[in-house]
Amino acid sequence: MNEPAAALSVRNLLVGFGAAAPVVRGVSFDIVPGECLAIVGESGSGKSVTARSLLGLAGANARVSADWLDLGGHSVLGLTEHAWQARRGRDVGLVLQDALVSLDPLRPIGREIADSLRLHTSLGAAARARRVLELLDAVGLPHPELQVQKLSGQLSGGERQRALIAAAIALNPPLLIADEPTTALDVTVQAQILALLEQITGGGTAVLLISHDLAVVSRIAHRVAVMHDGELVETGRTTQVLGSPEQEQTRRMVAAIPADKPRGTRLSEADTPNTPSLPSTRIDSSTEKTPDGTIVLEAIGLSKSFRRPDGTRQLAVDDVSFALRRGSTLGIVGESGSGKTTTARLLLALMAPDRGEVRVFGQPWTTATEKTRRGLRAGVGAIYQDALGSFDPRWSVAEILSDALGLGRQRRAPQTTARLTSLLDEVGLAATVLPRRPLELSGGQRQRVGIARALAGKPQLLICDEPVSSLDVTVQAQVLDLLDDVQRERGLSLIFISHDLGVVAHVSDQIAVMRAGRIVELGPAARVFAEPQHPYSVELLAAVPRLSV
Amino acid sequence: MFRVPVLQLLRRVLTRLAGAVFVLWMVASVTFFAVRLIPGDPAQAVLGGPGSQASPEALAAVNAQYGFDQPVIRQYFSQLGRLATGDLGRSYALNLDVGPLLLSQLGGTLLLAVVALALAWLLALALATWSTRSGRIASRVGSALEIVAAALPHFWLATSLIVVFSIWLGVLPPISTGGTLGLVLPVLTLAIPLAGFLGQIMRESLLRALESPFVLSARARGENERGVRWIHALRHASLPAISLSGWAFGSLISGAVVVETIFARPGLGRTLLNAVTLRDVPVVIGVVMIVAVAYILMTLLTDAVSRLVDPRLRLS
Repeated sequence: MNEPAAALSVRNLLVGFGAAAPVVRGVSFDIVPGECLAIVGESGSGKSVTARSLLGLAGANARVSADWLDLGGHSVLGLTEHAWQARRGRDVGLVLQDALVSLDPLRPIGREIADSLRLHTSLGAAARARRVLELLDAVGLPHPELQVQKLSGQLSGGERQRALIAAAIALNPPLLIADEPTTALDVTVQAQILALLEQITGGGTAVLLISHDLAVVSRIAHRVAVMHDGELVETGRTTQVLGSPEQEQTRRMVAAIPADKPRGTRLSEADTPNTPSLPSTRIDSSTEKTPDGTIVLEAIGLSKSFRRPDGTRQLAVDDVSFALRRGSTLGIVGESGSGKTTTARLLLALMAPDRGEVRVFGQPWTTATEKTRRGLRAGVGAIYQDALGSFDPRWSVAEILSDALGLGRQRRAPQTTARLTSLLDEVGLAATVLPRRPLELSGGQRQRVGIARALAGKPQLLICDEPVSSLDVTVQAQVLDLLDDVQRERGLSLIFISHDLGVVAHVSDQIAVMRAGRIVELGPAARVFAEPQHPYSVELLAAVPRLSV
Repeated sequence: MFRVPVLQLLRRVLTRLAGAVFVLWMVASVTFFAVRLIPGDPAQAVLGGPGSQASPEALAAVNAQYGFDQPVIRQYFSQLGRLATGDLGRSYALNLDVGPLLLSQLGGTLLLAVVALALAWLLALALATWSTRSGRIASRVGSALEIVAAALPHFWLATSLIVVFSIWLGVLPPISTGGTLGLVLPVLTLAIPLAGFLGQIMRESLLRALESPFVLSARARGENERGVRWIHALRHASLPAISLSGWAFGSLISGAVVVETIFARPGLGRTLLNAVTLRDVPVVIGVVMIVAVAYILMTLLTDAVSRLVDPRLRLS
């Protein structure tokens, strides 16, 4: 392992902040040129702190120590800030998540890329400009000469991520650290960026990939190191770690990946402290599951357009029709800008369609007045992606839920507490969260409170817009299982909107694939997932992160 | 690099112009009626103020000459008509044309406000960069200085500065003598509270910018602290302060009323105070109109500077 040729060699790395206990403990690994090592862990596991320590950027009050920390054969332990500045960019490059904010939004991308050259080479302005064009070409950005003057905000997510990578590899550093480089991207774009990183690895660069997503890294990483609570719990070849994980934490993460798991299969372990102890076998309750054929929600020829800043109109939702039957789940999948969220807002009648209508429980919904709708609203629950943003930050969980129960948020009668406790129990939370405010909860707990709030009005229909997109994969698994449980117990009908076909395929009976405002394919989940008809569905399916081992 | 279609540009200019005219009309109307609420007879003001023993015949003659005997609404429209042609009328008290009178006072006030604004920016920048750079204690000290400075009232600061620099140290003149030296204390009086205010905003946005991912990216390219600040962070940090500078300029002009009076400096502020005391309506309206125009121009200027610093604004 410890060949002298290692691009990066770390032994027993410890990182702590201030007087607190270290957040990274005893981390050791090597990467050789042309190899891709992925460090995978959930949020708060210490993976980003590890990555930043390798660049001397852990922060002013960070304490970094190690047996050794060698970059390209030279020790970088205890380097001065000045010495680090000479190495960063030249000996090691960094690619961060979402280039919209990781490239200076006020400067043209060409200037950002040229900065690396300005700082480390004696190239003149003209030579730098030429090199920038070469780099943009190398990362596969079409028409570089038209793009160099653009701001990151003028490019698409994939284009600007390529520009960010171009800035990081401008000096051909022997080591490239990529911290969640594809997290904010659509799956098809994500696949392209991963291919680019793979190509860079193929060119002899050592790549350290940091990710929360096992399925993503399994596509390109040669080796995987699983990080949990500041320590590397398992390191090995990708096939070995993902195929036969030895550690508890790794097994849990592998099990949580929803793609290719049939509907109803549990993704999380029932014994996690937060999950209610529900029977893990579902055969007895499967009768409730059978859709009885009643249509609870119907969209008929929905269209909605918006005005662009330049005055032209953009069709966000274009002639969308579908029907949702009682007790079943309709998954709507599409990439950003496909019209999913506009559809959700139309279905919730938060926005009036230009054409078409939505009917709920066989009654007019979007064509009714808000006064009429208000009587029906209790039957239609909504769950949003940003649970934190959907709560008043000053309200406690008790206030949020008693408000949703229609009790007013001030009432503290014993029967209120009993109803709140039973509601929390249903979503797998203990009554101890009642006095807490949203900011004091974890991401998974917040989404559970969001689900509890949606259930408070005893809805028959739940509209979920990206309900698990901001969650770690094991937490996502628990929330998906929870949604499955409440659907069975209450006989709910679900609209489940997501960009992730893997998740949608796991939870849905029917799938609608959306693109540019239109439904391009609509059919039974198993059929769409197994043999997609539309070329776009095929493309989307091919890009779904799965464990490719 | 960002080519704006001519038609779009024209539309923007016309919208702005229409907005400016509307603002001026409103300002003129509000001032016209507000001045009417001051008790006293305008004819009396023309004839030397409340103290003078004007005969009823003289008052009647003045009323007829100035149109004070006309209905208010007619007076309002004839006033508007004159303003529209650029005629600010004649001062009751000084018996001079208001236009040339105010123009002669404008320069002093503009100089005061512009120098004070520039100094406030320099002080705020220095304080914000120093306090975000030199550790936690510096940050606390910087923050405390900003709050204290922003809270200082002009009249108190002016008197304190005079006591320290003119009476104790004897290095600066207590009243404006016209030279550069005489400008120092009035400018400091206006600049220090504004610097505290701008500094607070700048430090907060600078801290936010320094924590952004693009700064981390820049550091990872090997950018040094100076580059991180001057190429990236300060540009972001200056945006909110630029937008507020239009408002700040307006507050400087109102501050000039106090400062010009204390330092016995000629200027619009002092002229306004005198005119209000003497119920000299045309001068009051004239000063208010000039300040409104200055305020509109300054807002246009800050908009233009914002667009220069933030290219994203040029896109939409």
